[in-house]
Amino acid sequence: MSAELTDDALLDRLQRAAFTYLSENTSAHNGLVADTSRPGSPCSIAVVGFALSCYPVAVERSWLSRREAAALTLKTLQFFWHSPQNELPDATGFKGFYYHFLDMQSGLRVWQCELSLVDTALLMAGVLTVGRYFDGAGDEENIRQLSDALYRRVDWHWARNGRETVSQGWKPEFGFLHYGWEGYNEATIVYVLGVSSPTHPLPAASFAGWTLTYQWENLLGHDVLYSGPLFTHFFSHAWIDYRGIQDAFMREKGSDYFENTKSAIAIHREYGARNPRGYEGYGRDFWGITAGDGPGNQELRESRRDRRFFGYMARGVPYGPDDGTIAPWAMLAALPFSPEAALRGTRHLLESYPQVCPKDRFASGYNATLKGWLSEGWFGLDQGLLVMMIENYRTGLIWELTRQCPVIRAGLIRAGFTGGWL
Amino acid sequence: MPHIAPAAQSDPSSREDFLRKVHPPGWQNPPPRSRYDLVIVGGGPAGLIAADFARRQGLSVALVERYRLGGNSLNSGSIPSKAIIRAARVLSSLRDDEEYGAAAFERPLTDFRAVMERTRRIRTRIAEYHSIERLQAGGIDVFFADARFAEAHVVIAGQTPLSFKKALIATGARPRSSDIPGLDLVGYLTSDSIFDLAELPKRFGVIGGGPLGCELAQAFCRLGSRVTIVQNEAKFLPDEEREAAELLSMSMSRDGVDTRLNTAVVGARMEGGAKWLDTVNDGIKCSIEVDEVLLSIGRVPNVETLALAAGGIGFDPAQGINVDDFLRTTNVDVYAAGDVCNRRQFANVAGSSGRLAVQNAFGARSERQHQEAIPWCTYCDPEIAHIGVHAREARERSIPVECYTVMMQDVDRAITDGVDDGFVKIYVKQGTDQIIGATIVATRASELINEMSVIMSAKIGMRRLSTMVHTYPSQSDAIRLAAVAFVNSRSDGAGK
Repeated sequence: MSAELTDDALLDRLQRAAFTYLSENTSAHNGLVADTSRPGSPCSIAVVGFALSCYPVAVERSWLSRREAAALTLKTLQFFWHSPQNELPDATGFKGFYYHFLDMQSGLRVWQCELSLVDTALLMAGVLTVGRYFDGAGDEENIRQLSDALYRRVDWHWARNGRETVSQGWKPEFGFLHYGWEGYNEATIVYVLGVSSPTHPLPAASFAGWTLTYQWENLLGHDVLYSGPLFTHFFSHAWIDYRGIQDAFMREKGSDYFENTKSAIAIHREYGARNPRGYEGYGRDFWGITAGDGPGNQELRESRRDRRFFGYMARGVPYGPDDGTIAPWAMLAALPFSPEAALRGTRHLLESYPQVCPKDRFASGYNATLKGWLSEGWFGLDQGLLVMMIENYRTGLIWELTRQCPVIRAGLIRAGFTGGWL
Repeated sequence: MPHIAPAAQSDPSSREDFLRKVHPPGWQNPPPRSRYDLVIVGGGPAGLIAADFARRQGLSVALVERYRLGGNSLNSGSIPSKAIIRAARVLSSLRDDEEYGAAAFERPLTDFRAVMERTRRIRTRIAEYHSIERLQAGGIDVFFADARFAEAHVVIAGQTPLSFKKALIATGARPRSSDIPGLDLVGYLTSDSIFDLAELPKRFGVIGGGPLGCELAQAFCRLGSRVTIVQNEAKFLPDEEREAAELLSMSMSRDGVDTRLNTAVVGARMEGGAKWLDTVNDGIKCSIEVDEVLLSIGRVPNVETLALAAGGIGFDPAQGINVDDFLRTTNVDVYAAGDVCNRRQFANVAGSSGRLAVQNAFGARSERQHQEAIPWCTYCDPEIAHIGVHAREARERSIPVECYTVMMQDVDRAITDGVDDGFVKIYVKQGTDQIIGATIVATRASELINEMSVIMSAKIGMRRLSTMVHTYPSQSDAIRLAAVAFVNSRSDGAGK
């Protein structure tokens, strides 16, 4: 379908289709959004954060009326404000944070999952985005008040558990998960929002504490702040316009987090071209190795070799793991950073493997080596991220909103960012 | 995966030969001299190298050993584990044979007794290099006895007082014992006892994901045990690079090791004739049924029985003997070396510190111990080797650091050899071409890292290294390629 469309028409079609995932998988009752389109899927709070951020896009593109978008947004924020916040194992959240997965109907914790710091941060990024966008009266005023109240309620200080940097999460059954983050990843947004809190902040030094674990590497001919899975170079960036602003680490290296994502993309493309494990399909226009769905744990004897495949996991480049599974959406999500590479790869995929984009929506995983294995249905994170990244490429709407958001601006400054639009 | 064959016959003569070299039966301690230049307590790598170095300086030396010469390294560490790892690697390589053109054939069974006999033969052969006969021939008085300090310049070996000008404590360390409820009753192996196993355990539980735990988990899996390794941290080898540890995790999983990270063993019990380990991961309880358990959760220094206070020697029961940068203890005439005082508990560190301690005790000039220049390796497949600082340590010390990485999957010789898991990563002080460390993950990283040791000792920078011609194709060419990446990064501003 892509060959005859102009870039803009193609993007319009794919962005709209991605957004329809959200409208088709959102509970009208509480605004929660399903993690995946599979039957019985719970809500992922991170997907709600992406969905909230997409509502302004939908208004600007006339997919929703402003009134509809505001009503849906308000319903969502009211759910999070009124849902149970306590230490009990079936609450919705605790200390202003939320459990990673919630029942779509009751809104209570499922799967004994963790109270998730990074997913709460992604949710709050969405909460702050709508708080900035809806600047009118009535419902919109309520949105702004709830946005502020929800953000202020998050107790980032508690999440340190007495340490300098934050834990990944907490469970009522035994307390804090005893491992933190090592190395660069998608968590920058956690620190930016955490240090900015007027009520329960992280100390400004906590961000520097985390960046001590960073590694600046020359990989496959490119200098990069390394993180293997591609999504880690996208998630914070969906909200924050990193062009031209630098923290202490990036000042030291003469780069920024926007340029860094460009380098990461270049490494993924180079890895695709080298294709060290000899996977089917890989090339300079067939890449996008990241966290996502996979074929499941199985082995295949192929060309007298044993091939191993995995289920949902964080795949990465160049250290691996890599089982030949790419995320078909990932090339398009690179659009704001490396538009030419993103469009070339996306067009190649759509022309050679059209099955990876049923109903114009990219599946979460595809493995050409394993008999064309394709992830079933769609994942909300992928679709929400695509709506935002395509919009940032086309109009910069989300970046423009968050640049004006005092919380994000102050958070970046407290974390040591300077220059550019700051 | 190989199966287990019926047991073969063992070879009793090998054990006698071994003991004759490391602690002869019926040994009589020599009459002591009135005073020794140097009394060494402990006959492991640090003590043996110190003794040899000292007697070559013309010093009178007494060596006191309570068990066997060779220390952990020979008896229960480096040597036997590497012999078993080699056997496991050979048997494992037969798994990939078809890719290399071998016609299909039935996989051989593992004869565990043969594996262990080979291990013992190797140990006996290597014991010869530090045998009691050689020490005696070198004029060293060897005392097999427990040692304790009586006063600042006297050590008692058994009942015999040994007076000294200088002393060296090199008593090493021993496996940390268990505080897991029930494990003592169930019974467990440590590095001290595992090499005496007569049968390959069908189900083997390993507690602890440090170097030894990982090495033996992988090796026993390759020999045919069903292995579960439990590590109470987010990664194996906590001191190593995250990417190195993750490659190892993948490699162990590929071999069939059941890897349990972030998991604590909270209890052990016997049930139905089997041993059960009760574990907790993020609040979720689980039980693992095994036939044998290896406890590998670190080592504690051997200090308690030495009456160190009587010698005026300060120590910490957990950290070992307090030494300064010159390996001198709080008693100015007593030095320490090896695992009893070093954070890095490796035989090569022990050996070099033993030599340095003697040099500092008797030489005109004292020299500091530079642990950063000492490489070490974990002998899994792929091997993980390191020298110098890690990127994180450098950043913690406010040293801006850049890493230049070459993936083994991009190295021609690694590709032709079919051993392309891993990488060479060189750490460079930003703004210079000075190499401050390296991590190598490769099938023979233990050999490749020695090139980095020479390069760093000779203070060769990345620019010069990039011009040093290596054989082609070779795996060590990855080191040169990392330096080429450094030069290219500056010439074309790649990635900026």
